Amino acid sequence: MNEFAPRPSRRALLVSGGALFAWPHIPAFAHAAGGRDPRLVVMVLRGAMDGLAAAPPLGDPQYAGLHGALALTRSGPAAALALDGFFGLHPAMPQFARMYREKRALLVHAVATPYRARSHFDGQDVLESGQAGPGLVQTGWLNRAVGLLPPGQRVAPPKGLAVGVVTPLILRGAAPVAGWRPAGNHEPHDDLATRLADLYAQSDKALETSLRQGLALDVIARRETSALSKDGTDLAMRLPARGAAKLIATADGPRIAALSFNGWDTHSNEGGAKGRLGQLLAGLDGAFEEFERGLGDVWKDSVVIAVTEFGRTARINGTSGTDHGTGTLCFLAGGALKGGRVLADWPGLGEAQLFERRDLAPTTDLRAVLKGVLEGHLGLSPAALSKTVFPGSDAVRPMKGLLA
Amino acid sequence: MIGASSNAELLVAFHRFGWGIRPGVNDLRAIGNDPRGFVAAELARTSPLAPTDSGLQSSPELIVVLEAQREREKQARATPPSMAAPPAADLTGNRAKPPPTPLTPLQQRVHAEAQARLQLAHKSGCGFVERLVTFWSNHFCVAASRGQQVQILAGAYEREAIRPHVLGKLGGMLKAAEQHPAMLLYLENQGSIGPNSQIGLKRKRGLNENLAREILELHTLGVGGGYTQADVTSLARMLTGWAMAGMDGRLGKPGLFAYDAAAHEPGAQVMLGKTYADVGRGQAEKALQDLARKPATATHIATKFVRHFVADAAPPALVARLAKTLRETDGDLRSLAAALIASDEAWKAPLTKIRSPYEFWIAAGRLLNPEPEPARHTINVLNQMGQPLWNPPGPDGFADTNAAWANPNALKTRFDMVSNLARAHRARDPRELLEQGFAGLASSATRTAVARAESSQQGLALLLMSPEFLRR
Repeated sequence: MNEFAPRPSRRALLVSGGALFAWPHIPAFAHAAGGRDPRLVVMVLRGAMDGLAAAPPLGDPQYAGLHGALALTRSGPAAALALDGFFGLHPAMPQFARMYREKRALLVHAVATPYRARSHFDGQDVLESGQAGPGLVQTGWLNRAVGLLPPGQRVAPPKGLAVGVVTPLILRGAAPVAGWRPAGNHEPHDDLATRLADLYAQSDKALETSLRQGLALDVIARRETSALSKDGTDLAMRLPARGAAKLIATADGPRIAALSFNGWDTHSNEGGAKGRLGQLLAGLDGAFEEFERGLGDVWKDSVVIAVTEFGRTARINGTSGTDHGTGTLCFLAGGALKGGRVLADWPGLGEAQLFERRDLAPTTDLRAVLKGVLEGHLGLSPAALSKTVFPGSDAVRPMKGLLA
Repeated sequence: MIGASSNAELLVAFHRFGWGIRPGVNDLRAIGNDPRGFVAAELARTSPLAPTDSGLQSSPELIVVLEAQREREKQARATPPSMAAPPAADLTGNRAKPPPTPLTPLQQRVHAEAQARLQLAHKSGCGFVERLVTFWSNHFCVAASRGQQVQILAGAYEREAIRPHVLGKLGGMLKAAEQHPAMLLYLENQGSIGPNSQIGLKRKRGLNENLAREILELHTLGVGGGYTQADVTSLARMLTGWAMAGMDGRLGKPGLFAYDAAAHEPGAQVMLGKTYADVGRGQAEKALQDLARKPATATHIATKFVRHFVADAAPPALVARLAKTLRETDGDLRSLAAALIASDEAWKAPLTKIRSPYEFWIAAGRLLNPEPEPARHTINVLNQMGQPLWNPPGPDGFADTNAAWANPNALKTRFDMVSNLARAHRARDPRELLEQGFAGLASSATRTAVARAESSQQGLALLLMSPEFLRR
């Protein structure tokens, strides 16, 4: 599909010159004793994932009544996959359940960002900016975390990449970032890119930086984008995950990636064991599997997290779905984790226990989980995490013991 | 020659407020004498803003077309597989592969609507009013991804609910948009049932807050506009019963807006401290009328308006002035647009915004072609560039900032598309187009790059990707 045959000299120019390759460095600890070289991937699930449906609290006496016809059960046609006796996992996620059994996956339940209103757009802003409220900054916590990594050896591609058409806020900021998307166009003549970059260098620096970054990683990920087949939602999440895994598995490739998947806003016909949410969760399960497979030897040093802006109402609404809520869950998978656990300070689902009598009450600040990963996995200090990555979060202690 | 300062404003007229220059069609000498008057003249029009193509169908007609198609597909599925027609290609998702499959009736209607819209943008003089149409259509957006009914109605929605009010009142557009079947389906009011209504009590059904929340958050007050969860729920209750009449005809002609008293939550409701008596359909109409007049709504809309036309960081003084205009004219949208182009800031601010893929595609078409590209081609290109026609990613519409359209991915995607476009038009002389298409205002760097290109194809690609052509 993409006949890409650049003249070597031109390609070398693109991949070595100018603003694009002002990357900082490979983290210094990458080649330290023991050879641990951590990878981190964050998947943003946009639209507010129903945590009570994804990992149902089967042991909570209120759950079945609240989720009504959509409730999962311990056995029968709507059976959840077994996790720990209290929580089950949606049956669309067998790969994640296997990783959980192999102690390479865990989830944290009843979590939320500090945001308590119910706007998607503000909720995602808080989730990605890492601030206490919406609209405060134009940079993402993951980008600021990248900026704190100890500088070491230089690498060719940038540290982070955003998969999708628009760079998500979570990875926007001062640290250099580039991205790619699966595309079906012919590769234009390479010389054109060089001439255009030269033109931008003279008259429009912002466009120059953007173009050089856009061209760079496209070259690396290209080989993986031709595997398009017609397999619906599942593949829609698998393909970006596959391309991202390929890039970050490379020895001199980026170490940090962010992806974003839409469609979790299940106001109507959410479905129970089968249906709309089930299809989305199957896609997410596929993405986790792609990362496990694609990261190969470095999976043992990897953490893949899936987060969403908030949860949904505990009760089913009038259209067999759920409306915007509060508490939800966060998925973590990867060989670096101490998995096989559901971490939750369970608030209960009784009327008085629900947040504002409608939502799962959050008992864990999502930032505690993220701080726990950034501290344990990337070695960032709690002080830096509270100052730079999640400003004003001193009271939110990093969660201990997430990593193996 | 044209004077230097009005010459710069000529580019502002076509880029910031319009769809780009049509070489040989737009009389640049005359327009250059009074660029501001050229844009303002479009606002004076009184003719309807609808496409002239009389073949376009109304919402009820389109719903019947879709129903018939579904019925045929159902029957085809019931026949043995070898006899069945090939499944319809997903217009919003997959790209058409050669050889082109025949269009389904649904696709035919979508393409006809798209073609009519493209035609208007392509042929308009400056195109300010058509730019206003796309702004408002995006503000009150629906998305085809919701399902085939919204997909087939999206174009009709724009003609029926948006266009008639673009130079009218905000309150009128708000009511028309929220009552249109496309919106009621898209934001799921169709299935929202008052828990204590006849149907609610009988079938144990309840509210869906989706439409109510987006009305407050996106269409009127804005997210900081001072409403609470209780206000959302109250508005959702008032909106119960607003529906599209279904194929069974129980509520009237299928595909028209209908009020279903049996689904309406009985009783007075309190929203933003005001009590609304239960007068049936009119309860939510009154609430919308009040929302359209709130100062927070004026500020929210003025901010979006200025951000769209002038700069990502909307100049506060200009926003304040336009919000004041909205408040003092009872939400008159012609006055809003007139206030924008009467503002010196709007003409003097540098052209820093990046044309969205749709704006870019129209501008490139106006530069290169006497007629717009075929709808089918346009739809595919917009899918690839991340701005699928009438199918934004969420109810907040397509993003309107440089972060969305000038980031590395988006720019690389545009670069790929322009490479293909330049190949298709490689017979054109880019130096000639450069002089005609920029009114002599291209930078010397761009002129040099185009002049030194190794082929006309490469020169044309450089012209289309030049900062002057990308920015508005």
